[in-house]
Amino acid sequence: MSDPVTELDLQAYVDGNLPQERRAAVAAWLAAHPEDAERIESYRRIAEELRSTYDPVLKEPVPDRLQDALRPLRMRRLAGVAGWVVLALALGAVAGWQLRGLQVSPVVANDTASVMARRAAVAHATYSPEVRHPVEVGADQEAHLVAWLSKRLGTQLRAPKLETVGYSLVGGRLLPGENGPVAHFMYQCNRGTRVTLYVRSDMGSNRSTAFRYAREGNVGVFYWVDGKSGYALSSADISKDDLLNVANAAYQQLNPP
Amino acid sequence: MTEAQRLVDLIPRLRRYARALVGDRATADDLVQDTLERAWTKLHLYRRGTDLRAWLFTVMHNVHVNRVRASRLTDALDDDMPELAQRAAQGDALLVRDLERGIARLPAEQRAVLLLVTLEEMSYDEVARTLGIPIGTVMSRLSRARDKLRSMMLGQPAVAKLKVVK
Repeated sequence: MSDPVTELDLQAYVDGNLPQERRAAVAAWLAAHPEDAERIESYRRIAEELRSTYDPVLKEPVPDRLQDALRPLRMRRLAGVAGWVVLALALGAVAGWQLRGLQVSPVVANDTASVMARRAAVAHATYSPEVRHPVEVGADQEAHLVAWLSKRLGTQLRAPKLETVGYSLVGGRLLPGENGPVAHFMYQCNRGTRVTLYVRSDMGSNRSTAFRYAREGNVGVFYWVDGKSGYALSSADISKDDLLNVANAAYQQLNPP
Repeated sequence: MTEAQRLVDLIPRLRRYARALVGDRATADDLVQDTLERAWTKLHLYRRGTDLRAWLFTVMHNVHVNRVRASRLTDALDDDMPELAQRAAQGDALLVRDLERGIARLPAEQRAVLLLVTLEEMSYDEVARTLGIPIGTVMSRLSRARDKLRSMMLGQPAVAKLKVVK
């Protein structure tokens, strides 16, 4: 005969904290004690409801002000990576926190670059979940891919090598952009996380911008402009810091000093 | 991964716990922000190799206790809790609100134990360490929290829920 069932046993039963044998003993005891069984069942239901009520918070985008609470470190790390980076946070991302869940937060689309960021985020959300057809041309034909996209965009493109930050090229595709063709490169790390690089060659500006960050729904985007070229690097699955790290690596190759 | 990166990764969990702890979104995020700022300045006190999550939740607990002590506003013990403005449109919205009210009406120390056990799925031992209380206290608070919540929820006649028309 096993030990008498205690209140502690019952609580642990609700929380799944009992070893298997003890669990079976408690279950048997409950079968013979319907009142307690009903009580324990309602505890379990409360736990379930609590989780289903509050777990969605985990998926909400984290407000910048919370990330910025750890800012001193971030700034230091930035300075260490590259002194040229000025991290400007898009106002739209801040405004976007007011909106929730799947609702897409409007990035302030007041200039060509932020329009590009937005399109890049949509392209990322569209293609990165693809299992069978993530790209049109795979990395095994990288030379062909780059030559083809360069020809279509009318400028010599490069697919940056991101192995140093843990990402390898999956391939790429041609996309319709705002005014013409756009190149889209996809990368993946060995855990399956994807980032995409969106490249425009028709920014029509003679200026360069620093990094800017925007967020559309759950997709984070670092983007920058270098003369006629516009770049946007997106991911939905990695932190802003990690994305910045990848963006730095891409930037250094695409915009050599 | 650096501690700072791990702190960033824990933010969503802090937010979930804070939301359940204090109810409304803005106050919850204020609590998270204060917690992160404090954790950041106290990070040198964190002992590497120990449980960073437990440490961070301890920081949050302390910050929360101080905030409540300072304002006495957050800890609604009566029925005058302001309606929660935003909650996803769900068929069981009324039930959800009852649950939220029920949680809000628990004594703060019982609420913390129940939420750490249920949402964070901490072991009783981890809860004891996080809150700095003996494990026996964890168990009695957990037991009382559940009991209280259950009677509050039972107090809501089941028929009332059927009257909700979308």
